[in-house]
Amino acid sequence: MSNYNVVGKRIPKLDAAQKAMGRAEYIQDIKLPGMLYGKILYSKYAHAKIIKIDISKAKALPGVHAVLTGNDVPEKMKMGFYKDNPPIKKGKVCSFRDEVAAVAAKTPEIAKKALGLIEIEYEELEGIFDPEKAMEKESPLVHEHSKSNVLNLPWKLHYGDVEKAQEEAAFVVEDRFTTTWVTHCCMGTSGAVALFDASDNLTIYTNTQIPSLAQKDFLESLKAMGLKNKRVRVIKPIIGGGFGSKLDTYAYEHIAILLAHKCRKPVKLIFDRMEEFTATSTRQPAIIDIKQGCDKDGKLLFRDIKMILDNGAHTSWGATTPSVMMMPITSLYRVDNVRYDAKCVYTNNTYSQAMRGYGNPQATFAIESSIDMLAEKAGIDPIEFRRINRNHPGDITPQGFKITTCGMDLCLDTVEKELRKTASNEKSVGIGIASLIHVGGGARIYKSDGCGAILKIDDYGKVDVFTGGTDMGQGLDNITAQIVAEELGLLVEDINVVHSDTDVCPWDVGAHASRSTFVAGNAALGAAKKVKAKLLEFGSEILDTPAESLVLRDRLIFVPNDPEKSMPIDKLLRKAHFSPGGTMLMADHFYDPANENLGKDFKGNMSMTYTFGVHGVRVKVDEETGKVQVLEYVAAHDVGQAINPLLLEGQVYGGVVMGLGYALSEEVVHQNGKNMNANFRDYKLFTAKDAVKITAYVFETPDEEGPFGAKGIGEPGCVPTAPAIANAIYDAVGVRITNLPITPEKVLAAIKEKKKRPLN
Amino acid sequence: MTTNISFLLNGDQISYEIKDHWTLLHLLREEMGLIGTKEGCGNGECGACTVIVDKLAVNSCLYLAIDADKKTIETIEGLASTDGTLHPLQQSFVDNGGIQCGFCTPGMIMSSKALLDENPNAGREEIKHALAGNICRCTGYIQIFESVEAAKKMGGQNE
Repeated sequence: MSNYNVVGKRIPKLDAAQKAMGRAEYIQDIKLPGMLYGKILYSKYAHAKIIKIDISKAKALPGVHAVLTGNDVPEKMKMGFYKDNPPIKKGKVCSFRDEVAAVAAKTPEIAKKALGLIEIEYEELEGIFDPEKAMEKESPLVHEHSKSNVLNLPWKLHYGDVEKAQEEAAFVVEDRFTTTWVTHCCMGTSGAVALFDASDNLTIYTNTQIPSLAQKDFLESLKAMGLKNKRVRVIKPIIGGGFGSKLDTYAYEHIAILLAHKCRKPVKLIFDRMEEFTATSTRQPAIIDIKQGCDKDGKLLFRDIKMILDNGAHTSWGATTPSVMMMPITSLYRVDNVRYDAKCVYTNNTYSQAMRGYGNPQATFAIESSIDMLAEKAGIDPIEFRRINRNHPGDITPQGFKITTCGMDLCLDTVEKELRKTASNEKSVGIGIASLIHVGGGARIYKSDGCGAILKIDDYGKVDVFTGGTDMGQGLDNITAQIVAEELGLLVEDINVVHSDTDVCPWDVGAHASRSTFVAGNAALGAAKKVKAKLLEFGSEILDTPAESLVLRDRLIFVPNDPEKSMPIDKLLRKAHFSPGGTMLMADHFYDPANENLGKDFKGNMSMTYTFGVHGVRVKVDEETGKVQVLEYVAAHDVGQAINPLLLEGQVYGGVVMGLGYALSEEVVHQNGKNMNANFRDYKLFTAKDAVKITAYVFETPDEEGPFGAKGIGEPGCVPTAPAIANAIYDAVGVRITNLPITPEKVLAAIKEKKKRPLN
Repeated sequence: MTTNISFLLNGDQISYEIKDHWTLLHLLREEMGLIGTKEGCGNGECGACTVIVDKLAVNSCLYLAIDADKKTIETIEGLASTDGTLHPLQQSFVDNGGIQCGFCTPGMIMSSKALLDENPNAGREEIKHALAGNICRCTGYIQIFESVEAAKKMGGQNE
């Protein structure tokens, strides 16, 4: 195993003590002098014309500083991937979460009261809530300016020859799987504080995973407001969870900016929990028709998938999740013939966004459920079936993904061994497994997949690293510090990581796609290498020895086994600084991986490396109630190199439990576009009482391109959970549940249905 | 309507003129600036605002400030020693990965403290029960349970 001093150590999260003492400042805790409080009024209807808005009473309320409607929003101020969504709507609303007015007032209470005084006359329009119906010609249009509810965003690929492969297949299975809306449930709700200086430069404190891209969005908003050549400083305070929810800019941020500019005062806009449920974006729901076939020996011959995605009323990153769904569709297991066709359809529902896994959990639910069905039809053990078709290092998949390292075999063996430990013929108990592939070395979905880092080191051997990367609790601060400390022969406590402030930190595309360890880690490593080279150069001069013979470790620079040639690093730094023509060490590095944007036919090596994993689960199904109990969960991943196993396990555990919620309990219930369960009582998260025993296996398959060999692991934990559960339920009681979440009601209904069917 | 209440807060005797409709959470966070107690939902569903009132873990978002009169209140700010030494529970949450985003942490620690103060030998099931009202979205709870168990060994109950 590797011989590292800092990398690979279970070092507690650097900001944990601050958080444990209650001293960490979140957006909720920020108070600025003269600050006002903003509030947003949402639509009363899923689909309606706005006939008239009267804000006079709200404006007259003492303590109210500003009331905005769609008329106050500059024409070009638009949000989202399509830039089709103004922060306050004008003329028409297309969903219940559409913003119709906003207020800034002296206190949150006055702001809330003012919202109640805004009078709006609507003319309700027929809504459309079923994406399949929305595709029909006679359905009402969500946006009249487009001729159809189907977005002009064709996600289509065909590699090999699916038709021919189907003719050759000995066994074919076909089914429809559906997944619904689930939401991030960050414990800290969304919020922003915006303020302008005397020259109309904006500072915005906001919960974001994309400081640099948010800065760009806000600059565009300022431009739309007529404020050209201004500066925007984005500061992300400590945030109470991300999970993908903060990969776009939201209406509340742009509204805070508009209010702050109008009032010439700082404006704070914080969501309450109900808004967090109703006005933030969900995971993309999907209707998935899948067909797969194999030859008589179980070799997978083709995969054919059609999808319909409920886009909701506006377009954010949810509409681009097929770009990631393509990854498991084309590249989970060896399969030469693949076809995929996804349509995004406007409805009057809420719109979706990124959420941990970014489409991968939806696609993997269908693929891995269907793989089990195919294995059964072919008469092959499902684990063996996966072994036959598994990915191998050196493979290039039909989409052009270059598989560098792949520990799928190790993961399969381990999970099988663990699950078979308890040989059980107990009634209603079953086991299930599912595998995953995910990007582990960045993901080029933007023009750049880069991240910058700036590093300086003082006279005492203390380092400041300014990284473009964003910590949101997952531990990028530790990863950065451990990598830099390892490279420079220092201790973690010598490294101060500064992140999430666009005035001082370099550019980064954002904390998404499990890319931060790999990309931000490589950026920090690159800067550290430059400083190290200089340290060695000085050391070589001062200790009068070749640089190649010097080692940096435990705050010392020395020649091994030569006590004469040794010096504390801080002393060396002072010598370098306080000599004639003195110098201090600093360096910068911008790392942009050599991965590729998806090009023609969506081909291209999207990531420098891919992370693999296999999850296995043992469940017990209560045949009287349909309740599924998870008895044991094994999650095995190949991670390249664990920079910090303590935090890595935390990512796996947290991911798996989020995945279990996706599998078994979580659902945003919509009725004609209205969110019916906007609270923690009715939205069923796993609680401490539901927690299950999870064994996390971490296989180190050092990747040449990764920092110290590391790959990304932020998302994989929640990717294959749902199909593993579905497969285990089938093994336990012989019913196949094809729509998430797998509630007791659905299981019970399926058991009853099965009992009704004559034996065949 | 305002009322003058007095209570013991983290060992200090406090007298405060409050509005009768204030919650204890509002008093602590918005009026007294004790931001360690978090508001996650405002409906008593998530436990982020948990404080200890007369040895009982309560959701301070549902607890009226006026009811704190003559009571003993403990918040996250009162746990560490004045010399900066963390309480065993705080230290073990730090050491065992019990903290990721940290928003649920003060509430988790206060619920755990109420449990261990009452039952220093609480087992896994009792820990699960005591934390059932504290939602965490990051950790999957496993490292939180391990944190509480490790704190138990360090003497996580009131010294």
